[in-house]
Amino acid sequence: MRNLVAALSGVIFGIGLGVSQMVNPEKVRNFLDVAGTWDPSLAFVMGAAVVVFFLAWRVARQSKQPLFDTHFRWPDKGMALDARLLSGAAIFGVGWGLVGFCPGPAITSLAYFATQSAIFVAAMVAGSWLGGLWAPKARVVDVAA
Amino acid sequence: MTIVNFQPWPALLGGVLIGLSAALLLLLNGRLAGVSSVMGRLLPPTPGDAAWRLWFLGGLVGGGVLWRLFSGQTAADLVFEAGVPLLLVGGLLTGFGTRLANGCTSGHGVCGIGRLSPRSIVATLTFMATAAITVYVSRHVWGA
Repeated sequence: MRNLVAALSGVIFGIGLGVSQMVNPEKVRNFLDVAGTWDPSLAFVMGAAVVVFFLAWRVARQSKQPLFDTHFRWPDKGMALDARLLSGAAIFGVGWGLVGFCPGPAITSLAYFATQSAIFVAAMVAGSWLGGLWAPKARVVDVAA
Repeated sequence: MTIVNFQPWPALLGGVLIGLSAALLLLLNGRLAGVSSVMGRLLPPTPGDAAWRLWFLGGLVGGGVLWRLFSGQTAADLVFEAGVPLLLVGGLLTGFGTRLANGCTSGHGVCGIGRLSPRSIVATLTFMATAAITVYVSRHVWGA
């Protein structure tokens, strides 16, 4: 059942990326191009997604456990706001700006069979793997909200 | 500044769908829909923890297929300004950076901000800033 939920969640996420056209790198780069040809659309994508997820989080915090598992898995509250977070985010932003793909849209765009998508995703997988070798594993606590 | 192709309604609808997808994964499976971490913890995989991740990532592609069937879009609708070298560099930086930061636009930008996490708010402001600077430099400094 958990696998079915994960697949359904992925499908809905992918449709959302298609409807909003976050799968189109040019549209994403236009969102980032505040000084040039600015397309504010993607602020609405993120804003709407944050509001919906915020409500779900409020419900989750009132719940003992998710429907199909024994506990919620939250990132460790004790994780620091450290150089690793800042440098990682800064490096990711450069990659995002260069091409216009972040991980979700890049993977969904594989459905378009564009060679560029395959090249980007292959490099992204390699980069994530290298990052995992470079840095120790993130801690994830199982229970605390 | 010129405002181009502003489509608030599809953007809002897409955002609601993404939020619902993340809500479903949280309330039913207790997991966060952060795409870079769903992927990253498959590299390498942990026994017993890999299947749902593959199902989710497969679903992302499946959602793209359904959207294409509905919209009639083709590969020509994806406009790439980056050539192969920049695709490789951009992909490497995206994979490496999101792994270090433990999150990307979905994990930090949607789920993290939705949970009012200070780390995620700072991470999102950081990657938004470096992404905007990168686009500015590539389009208006080098590209000018």
